[in-house]
Formats: sequence, C-alpha cells, structure tokens
Amino acid sequence: MKKFLIALLFTPLLALASGAAVHLDKWPGSIGDKPALQNGAKLFVNYCLNCHGASYLRYKNLLDLGLTEQQVKENLMFTSDKIGELMRVAAPHEEQKQWFGATPPDLTIIARARGELGNAGAGADWLYTYLRSFYRDENRPTGWNNVIFENVGMPHVLFGLQGQQVMNHETHKLEMAVPGQMAPAEFDKSVSDLVGFMVWMGEPQQEFRQKLGFFVLAFLALLFVVAYALKKEYWKDIH
Amino acid sequence: MAAGNFEKYKSDGSIAGNALEWLDARFPATSMWKGHLSEYYAPKNFNFWYFFGSLAILVLVIQIVTGIFLTMHYKPDAALNAAGVPIAFASVEYIMRDVSGGWLIRYMHSTGASAFFIVVYLHMFRGLIYGSYRKPRELTWLFGVGIFLVLMGEAFFGYLLPWGQMSYWGAQVIVNLFSAIPIIGDDLSLIIRGDFVVGDATLNRFFSFHVIAFPLVLIGLVAAHVLALHETGSNNPDGIEIKENKDENGIPRDGIPFHPYYTVKDIVGVVVFLMVFSAVLFFAPEGGGYFLETPNFYPADPLKTPPHIAPVWYFTPYYSILRAMVWNFFGLDAKFWGVVAMGASVVIFAALPWLDRSPVKSIRYRGPITKAMITIFVICFFILGYLGTLSPSPTGEIISQICTAFYFGFFLGMPWWSRMDKFKPVPERVTK
Repeated sequence: MKKFLIALLFTPLLALASGAAVHLDKWPGSIGDKPALQNGAKLFVNYCLNCHGASYLRYKNLLDLGLTEQQVKENLMFTSDKIGELMRVAAPHEEQKQWFGATPPDLTIIARARGELGNAGAGADWLYTYLRSFYRDENRPTGWNNVIFENVGMPHVLFGLQGQQVMNHETHKLEMAVPGQMAPAEFDKSVSDLVGFMVWMGEPQQEFRQKLGFFVLAFLALLFVVAYALKKEYWKDIH
Repeated sequence: MAAGNFEKYKSDGSIAGNALEWLDARFPATSMWKGHLSEYYAPKNFNFWYFFGSLAILVLVIQIVTGIFLTMHYKPDAALNAAGVPIAFASVEYIMRDVSGGWLIRYMHSTGASAFFIVVYLHMFRGLIYGSYRKPRELTWLFGVGIFLVLMGEAFFGYLLPWGQMSYWGAQVIVNLFSAIPIIGDDLSLIIRGDFVVGDATLNRFFSFHVIAFPLVLIGLVAAHVLALHETGSNNPDGIEIKENKDENGIPRDGIPFHPYYTVKDIVGVVVFLMVFSAVLFFAPEGGGYFLETPNFYPADPLKTPPHIAPVWYFTPYYSILRAMVWNFFGLDAKFWGVVAMGASVVIFAALPWLDRSPVKSIRYRGPITKAMITIFVICFFILGYLGTLSPSPTGEIISQICTAFYFGFFLGMPWWSRMDKFKPVPERVTK
C-alpha cells in the first residue's frame, strides 16, 4: 500500500519528465582511442578552427594525443608558430558576426555545454548527430539547414566529405542527393573521431582524473580499514 | 561543563611541561581542550545521523582551503578577452587547464558546494527527527538556521563567479525577485546589482561577498553554534537529557568524553564521506549535470536568454515554492507573494522550537502522526526540488502548489499535530 501510494505520487512527475526530445544517435567512439583523437584533431584544425576558436586549449596540449612537437607544428599549426599559444581564430569577431549573423561559438568546451541534466555525457551524442544532419535548404542564406538545429547559421563545412543530403518532406528522412568523397560509414567514423577530439579537449585531463580517482579510492579504502579498527579498539569498553 | 572551570596545568619540570604551564597561565589551552574535547561528555548512543555535524565542518574547511587557492587564479572581470570570452569565464578554464592541480581544486570546490548542502540537509533532518531544536537547545538551532541562511547566500554569490550562462541568468532572476517588493523593490535590486543589469559591478561585489563577507559571518556563526551546543550538551537519538543522571563525580552516566571516543568515530565518518566525495569528484564531477549545470559551460551572454533557467539543485525546492504562488492577493503581484513564500519556507525553520508541542523529543517515542508528517514533508521537499529543475508546466504547477501547502502545513499545523500523537514512555537511560 505504501509503495503504491508513493508510486501514485511520482507518476505525474514521470509524465512531466518525458518531454518531446530530439532523437540523438549515440556517439560510438571513446577518448581512449589515440589514433582516432589524432584524426579528430586533424579534422578539427582543418575544418573547424577557421571560424571557431578553441581558445582555452594550447597547441602544446595536442602533445598529449601522442604527437611530437614536430608533428603538431607541421600539420596542425596554421595561425601560430608558438607551441604554447592558445588555439584562437585568426578572423576578427566583428567580421565573423557580419558573415554569419552571429559569432561562431568557441568550441573548447562545447561537448560539455551540450550535455543534459541527468546525462552530462549527452553532448557527444548531440555533436555526433548534429554534424551528420545537415541538408540542402535553398531558403537559408547559407543553403544549408540542420535537422536537430533548425535554421542554424553554420553552413555544412564537411559536405565535401559527406556529400549533399536533402530532406524528403514525405518521410521526414534525409536522403543522399550528391555523394561526397567518403562512403557513409567512412564519414560516420570521421565525425566520430572529430567528436572524440572535442570531448577530449573539453577536459584534456579527464583520463588522468579517472586514473587518479582509482588510487584515491584505493587509499581511502585502506584508510577506512585502519580507521574502523581504531574506532573498534577505542570503543570496545563502551556499551 | 563550561570552559574555565578546569585547573591550570602544573609543570612536571620538563621543558614541554614548563612551556605548557607558561601557555596555560596566559591562555585557556587546558580548559578549552578539556571543556570542548577530552572532558566534554557526549551521549554514548550517537548513531549514523550524528556524523553530519563534523562532516559539515570538514566541508567548510575544504571550501575555505580550495577557495583560497582558486582566488589566486580566478579573475572577477566581465570584460571580454582577445578571443571574445569574458575574462572571468576564461580564468576558470585557465584554472582547469593551465594551473597545476587546478582542475582538482576547482572540482573539490564545486563538488564541495553540493556536498555542503547534502551534509547540512542531513544534519537538519537529524535535528528534526530527534527534536534537537527543543529546549534547552533553541539557540543552537537558531544559530544553525543562521548558518543555513548565510550558506545559501554564500552559494548564490559563488554561483555567479564562473560567469557562465546559468550563473548570469540565475543571478538576474534572483536579484529581480527583490524588485517585487513594493515601494523599495526597484531600488533594492539596483543596490544589489550595482547596475541596471547584472554586470561587472555585480560580479565584483558578489566576489567580495563570496570570498570574505559571508565566509567571515559563517565562521562566526559556526563557532557560536558549537559553543551553544557545548553549553547545553548534545541531544541524542533517545532525546534524553544525559545531564539529569550524573555519577558521584558529576559526570553523566550515559556520557563519554568526546575525545577520544567521538574523534576516532568521526574519522571513520570522514573517510566514508571522502570516498563518496571522491567518487563524484573523480568520476562524475558534473554530478550528472546537477552539480555543474551544463548550460554554465557557455560564457555569460547578456543578449541571449537561455530557454530554461533553473537554479542549482539545492535551491530548487524553494524555487518551486516561489513558482507555486500564482495569485495576486490584496492587489499585490503574485511574484511578490512568491518571494514571501520562498523566504518564509526557509526562515520558518527558525520557529521549530516553539511550534513543536510534543511532550517527548525523539521520534523513537512519538507515534504514527509524527512519522507520517515527517515522511510527507520529506517527500514534498523532494518533489518540490525535482519540479524546480524542470520548465514550468500546468501539471507541475498544481503538484508544486499541493506540496507547498503540505510544506507549510507541516510547520503551521505542528502545534496541534505534535500534541495529538500517541507517545511511548521515555526510558531513564539511553538505549543502544
């Protein structure tokens, strides 16, 4: 009876919680995959960094992806020659605002910002879906629209790789009109790598944080045994 | 036993002994040590619920120490840097990335904020179920309510500092609430903000409040809270006054010295707490988006209102109560009554010692009415808290109104329901 009452009490809450959410494809990657992150870094620098900054990240942080200073300097640094420099955009903000109607947001922590309440990791899924959901729309100034970000100001910068999708207004599904350089599966993998890089740069030390966490918890577990034994010893003559 | 009634230390002739005698002649070292620790007699039957007071002090220390280090690198500046990001926001990411161990310190502080409220809520719940606020501990309770109020202010000011979207708009919403107060409202909110919108002036004064003004008051209140407690002695799960049953030496028969017994016991509590704390800190520092809200990873943008503004989880019950008030009473705006209800929902805790008319303190010897009322109160508190995280909806509004009614009914009806219950006889001595 008690359980039933509690269930009754919470039922309307569940109804409230299940709002109409956009379906997101699960990001299939992981940030432990170093080659994927390196590929993601390459894609990011070539396709994103022209307009979007990653202004909390330094080029030298890319060394953590298993790259040498030489490799970073030769392949990933186009706007700067100092490895300690922040990854900022060369284009001035005022001009960008004129071009796109809005300044393209900084992307360093976009994967974290796109997380959801109750699922902080959903940002990766959002990015993975977003970057694969552009379609041709002649009504937009850029000629592009996006399924999960309606009337987005950003054009489809990866269309050369993916090809050009169109919206079938009867099925409400995207269809490939003009194929790109990559097969769909190949493109999905590239986007996954790119998203992986963005998740990584949101918090470059996250793997180390978790590793350290295990040591801290192991130490505390040990300390617990000692502390508990000490308490038992002192308390044995009480009661 | 009050400090000061202890004999001064007499040296045994050793150097350390002489030093202590010298010190003790000039400073109440021995009497403080004995009065508050080694000869402060606490009931021997403390249970799980009694860990949270010492844990609250631990979290306070964590917040102060991590806060000191954060202040060394954080910059309360709303101006934009060369990359077009507010300097305050960028300085937090700078701490997270470029300051050695900065991420650990920052996560300790952000997790610590939520941990503080969890620990304090559990500490207050303990007081509620065992009647710890009852005579003669009313003042301890009042200092505690003061701590809770200051803590809420401290958390509110601190939340603006990262200068993210939720920081900015949350502060905007809360400060605007003051403008609902008739006549003085608009000027009051202007004084709080220091500007017509939340801006650099607001950020700097909130920084000042957060790092010095409120912590200072907080520490003072904590000291008063502990001193008042040590004057009356602690309550216990049986709600029995152990001082009423003393042995021939004047020591309570059911009391044990706080040190070493409760110091070694609290160490166990500290370790368990740190394990939970570390599990969040190292493996889910965002606390599922509840401890660090995801929209706060966007820098504050005064031109872009987020679709849904919600306070952090520890404020959401009161936020729900605020939103539940939708009626314009006496020609005054519903928003004003919302502010009144929200304020009252927090301050009403202070009245507990005088609302509770039960002949016994502890829930152990109180009947089904008390148990039902406390259960409903806690459920309502959770539902209000949950609803406060959601966007407003018609269903949510009705549920929050019902829960708000229960919330206040719990307090305002207490003088009656607390007397009506069936009571069990309270034993002479504490039980296990």
